Amino acid sequence: MNPAESDTEAQLLKSLPEHLAPFGTERSNLIPILQMVQKHFSYLPAAAMEIVARHLDIPLAEVYGVATFYNQFRFTPPGRHPIKVCLGTACHVKGGDIILENFERKLGIRDGETTADREFSIERVACVGCCALAPVALVGETVHGNMAPSKIEGLFTRIQVEKEMAQRKKRENEPDA
Amino acid sequence: MNQTPENTPESRLAAIRRRAEDQRRARMDTDAPKIHIGLATCGIASGALDTKQAFEQALAEQGIEALIHTVGCAGHCYAEPVVIIDHPQSGFPPIFYHQVTAGKAKMLVKLFLAGGDPRLEHVYGATVENDLIPSVMEFPRFNREKRVVMEKCGRVDPEDIDDYLAEGGYGALARALAMTPEEIVAAIEASGLRGRGGAGFPTGRKWRLAAAATAEGKVVICNADEGDPGAYMDRTLLESNPHQMLEGLAICARAVGARQAVVYVRAEYPLAVRIVTRAIAQAEALGLLGQGILGTDMNLDIEVFQGSGAFVCGEETALIRSIEGYRGMPVHRPPYPAQKGLHGRPTVINNVKTLASVPPIIEKGPDWYAAIGTEKSSGTAIFSVVGDVVHPGLVEIPMGVTLRELIFDICGGVPGRKGFKAVQIGGPSGGCLSEAFLDTPIDFDSLTEAGAMMGSGGMVVMSQDSCPVDVARFFLDFTQKESCGKCTFCRIGTWHLLEILERITVGEGREEDVELLQQLGEDIKDGSLCGLGKTAPNPVLTSLKYFADEYAAHIREKRCPGMMCRALTAYYIDLEKCARGCDACVGCCPTDAVFTTSTRKKGIDQALCVKCGECMVACPPEYDAVRKVSPASLAPIIERPVKPVAEAEASATPAKDAP
Repeated sequence: MNPAESDTEAQLLKSLPEHLAPFGTERSNLIPILQMVQKHFSYLPAAAMEIVARHLDIPLAEVYGVATFYNQFRFTPPGRHPIKVCLGTACHVKGGDIILENFERKLGIRDGETTADREFSIERVACVGCCALAPVALVGETVHGNMAPSKIEGLFTRIQVEKEMAQRKKRENEPDA
Repeated sequence: MNQTPENTPESRLAAIRRRAEDQRRARMDTDAPKIHIGLATCGIASGALDTKQAFEQALAEQGIEALIHTVGCAGHCYAEPVVIIDHPQSGFPPIFYHQVTAGKAKMLVKLFLAGGDPRLEHVYGATVENDLIPSVMEFPRFNREKRVVMEKCGRVDPEDIDDYLAEGGYGALARALAMTPEEIVAAIEASGLRGRGGAGFPTGRKWRLAAAATAEGKVVICNADEGDPGAYMDRTLLESNPHQMLEGLAICARAVGARQAVVYVRAEYPLAVRIVTRAIAQAEALGLLGQGILGTDMNLDIEVFQGSGAFVCGEETALIRSIEGYRGMPVHRPPYPAQKGLHGRPTVINNVKTLASVPPIIEKGPDWYAAIGTEKSSGTAIFSVVGDVVHPGLVEIPMGVTLRELIFDICGGVPGRKGFKAVQIGGPSGGCLSEAFLDTPIDFDSLTEAGAMMGSGGMVVMSQDSCPVDVARFFLDFTQKESCGKCTFCRIGTWHLLEILERITVGEGREEDVELLQQLGEDIKDGSLCGLGKTAPNPVLTSLKYFADEYAAHIREKRCPGMMCRALTAYYIDLEKCARGCDACVGCCPTDAVFTTSTRKKGIDQALCVKCGECMVACPPEYDAVRKVSPASLAPIIERPVKPVAEAEASATPAKDAP
């Protein structure tokens, strides 16, 4: 994590009690609160869960126990390009695990992990809901249907090209820098 | 309550509906062309947003006035993005176009909307009977369906309540308000409606139990926590026509006397969450939900709770725990939720499809509904048919239709020359049935008898190129991860089942494994508290029963007949067929396993090969040199040259720019 990111995270943590205020202190608010926290941070930082536990006046272990029970919550920050590989039934039958494996090999991380530069993270999901396009992978919010290992190469090339184009544009806009 | 004819629920609804129809007419009754685009998750995934944008852009460029009407999904996933163009001036009926990409959209604006030529080569069919273009109703995929729950899906804009009202929406609620709760429960009982969440518990009995409970603060919950990794009809219903479910929820609340309702939707369905939230607000603004519904003394507060993705939360007691803020672990029944549920209050939990079936029952009468389907399973069933079929998607059929009709007649059968091998019904709780069961009628009892179950309605069709053992392993992998851990048999038993199956699929199966799987599977069923554990072994037990030969091939011959288990298969290149100098397979191999042999043909390094099959796709059809075999030992061993051929040649002739 670079210093700028830890700064924004500290700021978010500071503003957390403010966002907690509209929620009551009943136990039934726990899951909606965790969802709100995850929306803010893109994951559940340990420090935030401590604040949630104090707000609801329950042990931290209870918060952690509930958070780890559900698939929605993650405990590591996602990458800037989160990759989700569908492993629903239809995608499995059409070889979704081969797609997942290719992403893992290409990035050198396992599913559920984030690359060291925080560019990419890989997650397996159960059914994106476009089974007719199986196998399916999502990069960010974009759905890529009928995936094949060779398409993965193309995806990364595209992301790289887009990034370079954005950088060039940035340089052109600020000629002095 | 004193009701004059002017303020009965029906007359109030009539006034609301008149206004909705006027508004709709003001928008829709023009001579301008109307373009209906399906914008549910599946459509968006196939690029419907790009299509919509292309239409808007092309219309602006051409200076054509047309109305773009966004609708939900009609279940025709194979055809997405789906667009229906109604262009009255052209003289053609409304036309159904399939797979409308952005390019096609621009072409249609230019040639059809501006030029009047509907481009028959892109037409799927007309939506109404006419003399010019064959109607889609002539296709079995359309005319064999019976739409009760999905009737309005794909016709109404899910974000606009006026559309639903103009199609007759909320009429059943108005009627229910004029009935006594007892009459409503009796009607649902008479209709024979059974819960569509999977187990098929009679809905009327559930409601009667809750209606009889005397405790205060009753709650009704809509269960939209669709967890089966291959079923998506609940999401489609919420995204395409949320009001039908809400209307059913309100009728249920009226029948049992609840003032509070919860819609439990998966947080993974952001579009559904947004559409339902919006639909509730719209209905409340018109007095159709909320306080004093349609001028009566009925109040109903509806909130949306976002489920956090745990398969076990589809089980009603686990769902309740999760709303209460705990881990979603099922608790013992009785007491049933209908007696003691959310926060200890009587609670009715119904699936989305169950609730969406309620308004048509109230409107058209229980006898009409009971006449659809079979005697013990009345009404319709929705399946998401996926896998190796020509027309995958959501299909609503009357109960009692056979599997053969559904798979072959309605969905077009298995594509290509590959034959049918198996069908998996009901997702992780269901089972894998063989060809012998194709004439089984689809209803709750017949499927349970065969060892599968209705479950969530997921249906995966498998061709000869698939492996029932691997599919059983896939589902066990899923249920093992999703087991909440409360019951020992489910927690540890599924883990062992999975371990044995994994062993078999990598070719380390033992002779005694089959018996072990059988015994363990039955023990898990007996030793588990909730539906998850009781049904988790079904995929294994059914495949053991109907595909015993596949298990035997895996264990004894280390062979996977469907060539799906990667450890038991191998790719090799037929040197007789491989063309000298062709490099098609080299470039596509993700692991550089393809090498050039000394004869300038290609070989595959089995140690590096990950068996992705890319080389097989890349090999030009005129050579068709890549072979897939099982067991893996059938692949001939071709040694990689010590020094790569290209390098050897390069060192023989010195490179130009060498230092």
